[in-house]
Amino acid sequence: MADSLENRYTRNFNTISLENQALLGKTHVAVIGLGGLGGGVCELLARTGIGTLTLIDGDSFDASNLNRQVLSREDNLGQSKAMAAETRIKTVNSRVTVHAHQVFVQKENIKDLLKGVDLVVDCLDTIPARYLLQYAARQLDIPLVSGAIAGVSGQVTVIFPDDPGFEIIYPNPDTGDRGVETVLGNMSYCAMFVASLQASEVIKVITGIGEILRNKLLIADLATNTMEVMDLI
Amino acid sequence: MIQIDLKLFVTLSKYHPNGSGDHEVADGTTVEEMIKDLGIPQETVKLIFINGKKADAGQVMCQGDRVGLFPPVGGG
Repeated sequence: MADSLENRYTRNFNTISLENQALLGKTHVAVIGLGGLGGGVCELLARTGIGTLTLIDGDSFDASNLNRQVLSREDNLGQSKAMAAETRIKTVNSRVTVHAHQVFVQKENIKDLLKGVDLVVDCLDTIPARYLLQYAARQLDIPLVSGAIAGVSGQVTVIFPDDPGFEIIYPNPDTGDRGVETVLGNMSYCAMFVASLQASEVIKVITGIGEILRNKLLIADLATNTMEVMDLI
Repeated sequence: MIQIDLKLFVTLSKYHPNGSGDHEVADGTTVEEMIKDLGIPQETVKLIFINGKKADAGQVMCQGDRVGLFPPVGGG
């Protein structure tokens, strides 16, 4: 197979240097939640050349996922999202080492699941689960790239272990487990848009090239074509 | 009275009298008071930004401020 590093990633150059391409290949990223956001994020990271992906979701596909979740298909309803992600990534880029886990992250398992991971991507859909992930990322001293969507709006931020993070974005988590997506649902193009922003932040954090959304919140509203970056501190 | 540039995001947009943009409030009005005056349920506002920086509900707005209010967004 004509699959040398230069051939496979030739269109990445020179946005990504050969040196940074090799760095991506040595990096281990975990994607937590493999729905609308996570499905897009793991595909984009595999194509860009992340070396190892840990993919975690305890859920299985149902028909209501087909409108937006890129890993769901009419012929895999009922199948594990984690297993579907592993199958997809192996067909997209067989060089990627995939660790797929069909489990929901919980306080008891999250630190073990993230052992050896360099960066974690939050594609979860409840606020308490996001707090749990932030707690684990702090314990493991790794950065977190978080995305969230509702309707045609979305937000992205980057949280390092010492940053205030979700305490600012989701204050008073006891006031509700979810956001306005319970009213608005989620649209496919918004999910893929925010997944792209998350993948972009992952690559920038790893390579150190570009401005990252640390202590900032990017808010996008596709209804009005608005995209703003706000200072959180 | 002072004029601010008010942007209400996602589910909050329906509470803006003009849809978006210019909004007039009395001099010395806090964000919290404006939220109440607009009939927005306080618990539906999760984030407040003034001129691109996170602000508190008790902050007094000034002429020309760009004010943004956001509901919680948590879907994946």
